[in-house]
Amino acid sequence: MSEEKKKKKVVINDKVWLLISLCAALLLWYLLSLGKATGRSFPFADKVVPSVKTMIDRGAFWKDIRSSMLCVVAGFGLGFITSLPIAFLMAWYQPVQKIIEPWINFIRNIPALGYAPLLVLIFGVGQKPAIILIWICTFMTMSITIYQGIKNIDVTLIKAARVLGANDFDIFLKIICPATVPFIITAVRLGLGAALTTLLAAESTGAQYGIGMRIRSLSNSFEAAPMLMYIILLGIIGLLLVKVVDIIERKLTGWQEKIN
Amino acid sequence: MAGEDKLVKLKIDNVYKEYQGRNGKTVALNGVNLDIKENEFICVVGPSGCGKSTLLNIIAGLLEPTSGAVYLDGKQIEGTGVERGVVFQQYALFPWRTVIKNVMFGLEMKKTPKEEARQIALKYIEAVGLKGFENSYPKELSGGMKQRVAIARAYAANPEVLLLDEPFGALDAQTRVQLQTELLNTWEQEKKTCFFITHDVDEAIILAQRVIIMSARPGRIKRIVDIDIPYPRTQETKSDERFLKLKAEIWNEVYQEFLEVRK
Repeated sequence: MSEEKKKKKVVINDKVWLLISLCAALLLWYLLSLGKATGRSFPFADKVVPSVKTMIDRGAFWKDIRSSMLCVVAGFGLGFITSLPIAFLMAWYQPVQKIIEPWINFIRNIPALGYAPLLVLIFGVGQKPAIILIWICTFMTMSITIYQGIKNIDVTLIKAARVLGANDFDIFLKIICPATVPFIITAVRLGLGAALTTLLAAESTGAQYGIGMRIRSLSNSFEAAPMLMYIILLGIIGLLLVKVVDIIERKLTGWQEKIN
Repeated sequence: MAGEDKLVKLKIDNVYKEYQGRNGKTVALNGVNLDIKENEFICVVGPSGCGKSTLLNIIAGLLEPTSGAVYLDGKQIEGTGVERGVVFQQYALFPWRTVIKNVMFGLEMKKTPKEEARQIALKYIEAVGLKGFENSYPKELSGGMKQRVAIARAYAANPEVLLLDEPFGALDAQTRVQLQTELLNTWEQEKKTCFFITHDVDEAIILAQRVIIMSARPGRIKRIVDIDIPYPRTQETKSDERFLKLKAEIWNEVYQEFLEVRK
């Protein structure tokens, strides 16, 4: 349907669309940089791009990235490893779900910034509380998502497997696991998003380096250009992570029916 | 009665099933008795809610009767078993498996050597006319093709009894007729005891040796009609005088039940 329509119109390549979108954003950015008030927050690219070098010269740039990535990867990794078994346990044993789920939903709605100080009281300042904070946030998002996914598996598939001679173990390994993969990927996507959005809160725990920490400190010294550069950097990292998940998704769930 | 000398394959003995609902209990099946002979083709018709699917699920071992029992070759069934294959209305194909991998599933569970399993699967895929689609995923197939895969999958596991729960209910009229013909051909080549549920009277008469008419609330067997039209049956059979007479008769009974349910 949509293909037929496209043929009649001028076909614009996706890459060209991306370019157009980029130009539009640059134009908007430029206009913002001209304004008296908005110009203070949005210096144009000619000031922002060189600030990468400024930050490298200050010896902060790479350390910030490394520190933040370590927090994200470690926190997300721990969240992933722990959410999988908990999600399966919740789906399998109702008491586990009845006891845990309300609390996950309760804590999930509290902004991480709110309880970050509690973690500092326990673990002191530095990377440790930051990683744990990201762990908690990604764990909650992912365990709920995976749990919902397992709950929504089509029971006829389990019945079909059973009448073909599958035992409980077969059903877990050959039906539940593959049927859960799409939900795990959704959970990874949401979890990575949660990890990045929690980064700022996480690095408010007295981190020495980090993108979130740097944005805060640059804001205190009114250095708009490097600050904006760091914000854009955060966005680019997010986009790259999404791309990686997309590739994994295409590899693992090509069999899935999709509404286009 | 057709083939009285044959062995009783499935014996449904005084099956009673009730569900505990929010508004008290509902009796789904009440005192269902039926002897199904080896290689017999049985069709069950009846209005929605007459418990025909419940009965099929009990025979499959997916549900337990509240009282009464089902015997296969004289042995009481407990739970599911590979000797009883099921074809579901919603196809129930494993979407992450290709056609051949779906058909091989039962053989995989039986730990059949891989190459042998492949050969068996290929044979049935060809039998249902899907040669060339072995490596397609279910999402790439039409409804009729999906149900063909499901039938091939059930056959490949080599059950003695095939339970079909309105398998063609979701298909368009032309595809349905085509699949009926194919199913009959397969059944004539490789006789299996078939227990086929449908709400389509034409379908029941064209396929079955005996049509079981069920009444609703509570579900019980109202009448058993012998279909004494010889095989092979084709679409022309539908204009046969005997066919039309049986159709009028069965349709009338089912419609009365339908009206009964509406009350």
